[in-house]
Amino acid sequence: MPTLREIPVGQTATVVKVNGTGAIARRIMDMGITKGVQIHVRRIAPLGDPIEITVRGYELSLRKADAEMIEVK
Amino acid sequence: MSISIALAGNPNSGKTTLFNALTGSNQRVGNWPGVTVDKKEGKLKKYKDVEVIDLPGIYSLSPYTKEEVVSRDYLINEKPDAIINLVDASNIERNLFLTTQLLDIGIPVIIALNMIDIVNKNGDKIDSRKLSEILGCPVVETSALKGDGLQELSRQAVEIAKSGKKASPKRQFSKPVEDALAKIAELIKNDVPAESLRWYAIKLFERDIRVLEQTHLSNEVKGQIEEIILECENAYDDTSVSIIIHESYEYITNVVQSCVKKARTGMTISDRIDSVVTNRILGLPIFVAVMFLVYYISVTTIGTLVTDFTNDMFVGTLIQEPLGNWLQSIGTADWLTGLIVDGIVGGIGSILGFLPQLLILFFFLAILEDCGYMARIAFLMDRLFRKFGMSGKSFIPLLIGTGCGVPGIMASRTIEQQNDRRMTIMTTTFMPCGAKLPVIALIAGAIFGGAWWVAPSAYFLGIASVIVSGIILKKTKPFMGEPSPFVMELPAYHFPSAVNVARSIYDRGSSFVKKAFTVYLLASIFVWFTASFGFANGSFGLVESLDQSILHDIGSAIAGLFAPLGFGRWETTVATFMGIVAKEQVVGVFGVLTSIGDADLALELVDSANLESLAPVAALFSSSIASYSFLAFNLLCAPCIAAINTIRAEMNNWKWSLFAIGYQCGFAYCVSLMIYQLGTFFAGGSFGIGTFFGFAVLAVFLFMLFRPMPKQRTIANSKLRAAI
Repeated sequence: MPTLREIPVGQTATVVKVNGTGAIARRIMDMGITKGVQIHVRRIAPLGDPIEITVRGYELSLRKADAEMIEVK
Repeated sequence: MSISIALAGNPNSGKTTLFNALTGSNQRVGNWPGVTVDKKEGKLKKYKDVEVIDLPGIYSLSPYTKEEVVSRDYLINEKPDAIINLVDASNIERNLFLTTQLLDIGIPVIIALNMIDIVNKNGDKIDSRKLSEILGCPVVETSALKGDGLQELSRQAVEIAKSGKKASPKRQFSKPVEDALAKIAELIKNDVPAESLRWYAIKLFERDIRVLEQTHLSNEVKGQIEEIILECENAYDDTSVSIIIHESYEYITNVVQSCVKKARTGMTISDRIDSVVTNRILGLPIFVAVMFLVYYISVTTIGTLVTDFTNDMFVGTLIQEPLGNWLQSIGTADWLTGLIVDGIVGGIGSILGFLPQLLILFFFLAILEDCGYMARIAFLMDRLFRKFGMSGKSFIPLLIGTGCGVPGIMASRTIEQQNDRRMTIMTTTFMPCGAKLPVIALIAGAIFGGAWWVAPSAYFLGIASVIVSGIILKKTKPFMGEPSPFVMELPAYHFPSAVNVARSIYDRGSSFVKKAFTVYLLASIFVWFTASFGFANGSFGLVESLDQSILHDIGSAIAGLFAPLGFGRWETTVATFMGIVAKEQVVGVFGVLTSIGDADLALELVDSANLESLAPVAALFSSSIASYSFLAFNLLCAPCIAAINTIRAEMNNWKWSLFAIGYQCGFAYCVSLMIYQLGTFFAGGSFGIGTFFGFAVLAVFLFMLFRPMPKQRTIANSKLRAAI
């Protein structure tokens, strides 16, 4: 299963699962990244990390390491 | 009896604007107990007995961030009479997630559907009556910026607070989850307040660490709850937290579908700005330009102008001189005149001198924050600063720190993650600030013959110290633990509001003045006393020169401490000590103690780069390496009192403040030791015990720098297991 990290800029993917427990996973889900939601990858920061995505109608940035916790299809 | 209403909502949803609009000028700013999170309270306009408490901006009521913990502890333990839940109508889906959690607490809730004007302008439609019906609580459409709907909001909020009419959330989870919640509720119903039963049941189902600790359930009950959760988790093949959040968002999606009609969505203005500002090619140049502008205006041009004016003109000419003359004319004793004019007024004056520059900086900070660019700074710089255990936002404190450490440290407030902020506070004053420049110029001029490389090397030393400290400290226990999540909203850009900016400048400025005065005043009096009094001619009293003062005695006593660094004389020790009052004092002290003869004269000589006249200073040092070691120590050790006091205020914790100051002094000592001992050795000196220690310190540094990250236990998980 690919993770959000592998989705190229400009593509949209659907979340299958958020892996992990604890603060980071909780924060990711609290921000609206849950099963079935569509995520659009908008851009990568000039230094190569973090990435910016659109989810539930707003813009969110997260590190590539955190994006790896998000399984998509 | 007075009524309390809590204001809760997401960050960037216009909460500050709404709070300012609801309470007007009638506000108090403080800290929530134990944390550096601003606590704002104010009286509701037109309702004298109604108190509004502004909770920190939060996305959820999870137990993981201090803002969220402060908010839930307040809501659960203090039980306000009502909650105004601010919902950003232009970003309704994510905003309603917090709402679903607030509705379960069992306190009357009213929703302020804010920024409704923007939604209408975009052609979207929100049926707020239907929203109110579905959610089970009143909904009022508002525009805090324009002041629309606020009277109605206040009226209805007071009404539900007085009537105590609880929200009646109609949200249902899927059947197995509801069954599990019902079973948990049955088990705990005698242990928790009845009105918040559902909230507790949901939190226990989520295995919430804090609720588990606070409810004091017996191990037997905990075991039963764990069984209920596991059964449910197995059925769903998912974690309980994930089930709850997923179903909450599913519910919200349905609510939004039935209440919101969206017009066709295109690129908004904010999107267009962002595609330029965070562009892969243009992003960094624009960032550099913005930072340069902020730095240039607040530190170099207007900032220096107003600081000099306040220091020289306002305090010096207009207050100190006339006051001194007047005190003498009425026959006040010399020591008392000295205490008042130099000790007290001089002390207050140097604080006042900072203030104008601070206010200009706060102005820029407020604009950067309010318009939404601050979040982009973090986005742009995160990758770089993460390596040193800091946040992308640490760039601003460090940059401002090259002007003055005080506003630099205060700028660290914009960093949310506690560890990142502490690290930034500890390292900001490594940067050479404006007051350190004369010291650098003095050493460069008097000892190195005005060599061009001394000043750049001081900046390099500062930057290297920040990086090295970041890497070393990141691997130590206090800074370890779970890496702070960087899951950050990039809010839509909007024009900064004048009221918010003014408010923010005022709040930051007044908190600085209040905190600065007490400690700074005491410290100035102490230093003035030790420098002006001493034993001379067999009796204790006011002395003519520094070398008879108590300060001289203290300096002589501890000078040996600095011998391994190459400057174990009492003059250099006193200079370092006075540098803690204000760094440029180092030059002043050398002026007094050498044949130059006067503090102000020495500063002028440095200003005009008059190298020959500075030559007497060179006699204080055994070698040029020793003088550079002295310079390094003064640049890196504890900053001036004003900055120390700011560190104390921003850490809001004595232990951390002492650790920060101790670390800075220790780090400076080690660096100077290496510079002097290894420098002397490589310049052809013999290998002595000092050289040995120099190499030993270097070895420790290299080890700390390059050792792998020590293994850490996942604290949250082990705590969780222990609790169950």
